[in-house]
Amino acid sequence: MNKNHWKLYEVFVRSKNGLAHKHVGSLHAADADMAIKNARDVYTRRSEGISIWVVPSDQITASSPDEKEPLFAPSDDKVYRHPTFYDIPDDVEHM
Amino acid sequence: MGTNISLEEKFQAYVDAENKVEPKDWMPEKYRKTLVRQISQHAHSEVIGMQPEANWITRAPSLRAKLILLAKVQDEAGHGLYLYSAAETLGTSRDQMIADLQSGKAKYSSIFNYPTPSWADMGTIGWLVDGAAIQNQVMLTRTSYGPYARAMVKICKEESFHQRQGYEIVMKLAQGTPEQKKMAQESLNRWWWPSLMMFGPSDDNSPNSEQSMRWKIKRKSNDTLRQEFIDKTVPQAHYLGLTIPDPDLKWNEERGSYDFGEINWDEFYNVIQGNGPCNKERIAHHVKAHEEGAWVREAALAYAEKEAKRKENRTSAA
Repeated sequence: MNKNHWKLYEVFVRSKNGLAHKHVGSLHAADADMAIKNARDVYTRRSEGISIWVVPSDQITASSPDEKEPLFAPSDDKVYRHPTFYDIPDDVEHM
Repeated sequence: MGTNISLEEKFQAYVDAENKVEPKDWMPEKYRKTLVRQISQHAHSEVIGMQPEANWITRAPSLRAKLILLAKVQDEAGHGLYLYSAAETLGTSRDQMIADLQSGKAKYSSIFNYPTPSWADMGTIGWLVDGAAIQNQVMLTRTSYGPYARAMVKICKEESFHQRQGYEIVMKLAQGTPEQKKMAQESLNRWWWPSLMMFGPSDDNSPNSEQSMRWKIKRKSNDTLRQEFIDKTVPQAHYLGLTIPDPDLKWNEERGSYDFGEINWDEFYNVIQGNGPCNKERIAHHVKAHEEGAWVREAALAYAEKEAKRKENRTSAA
């Protein structure tokens, strides 16, 4: 491994309490502490966040686009999981 | 071969339907290559673009001007990073991109090969160079490659400050003493044509454009973007009482656009080929900063390893 090789980290920023951390990009750093500091400089220069997560990119396991069908298609024909599937008379309130 | 064609056709249909391509999706090899070239070139431009402006940080005329310029140059570093980060999702490494920049294999925007001899240039760069960049980048927020589009959204949000602070500098000079106004005009004279060249060769000389438009990497042609930029910018110059250095510039009522003079394409290709006023200086400085910073990268890594070991020892002791 290259001696200068810093790890790649994915950066997630929470813009305010009540919202989830959202992926904003990635950066290189020698370790996680430095990744946080760099992320603060790179991704929150205009008050974009109040909390940062950094995750080593090689620790993320992603589903493959090829599996999109078997993974996600089955839910497409399960319309009964949505509330709009059911006919409730207009006269019935609070439902 | 048969499958290959159908994959490409499927890809085209996917893009035609205005879907975004994400890193792990199948994409034609040429689409990937085009994006790596374009995004890394874009990243290099942001990074090299810090040099002509950093030139004035220590000599900014006021503390306010200095703070603003520092913030702007820091933004450019950030923009470079957003873009490198987007390019890395295509499977190319940062080290490779930097090596290609330094060897001259990868290009960056030719505009940064012009010098900044006067403070007025800080204004003109923000107004014209960032203005031209915005024209291009607003289009790119809708590019078909997801990570590139997302980086562009962030960059465009920040870029508007760059253009406005630049226009403010030019405005102060244009409304100042006759000497200051002369500085502003002289700077505009030097930057106008190179700014128009930022949009690249004219459509009939831009062989890659057509494919890029088909893949929705780009959505407007070089000439269209250039015309839009001119139409927006000329009235801004008029407002300042400055003259665009183009005797052929004339409002065309019929087209609803400005006609403008012939661009000196010999100059354009000459600068791209490395013969602009500052090409060698820009790359030499990048190499120097990179090499002189090597010990910092190594030290940070050594420290990180030490810390990791220390943590490990503490856990095993407990």
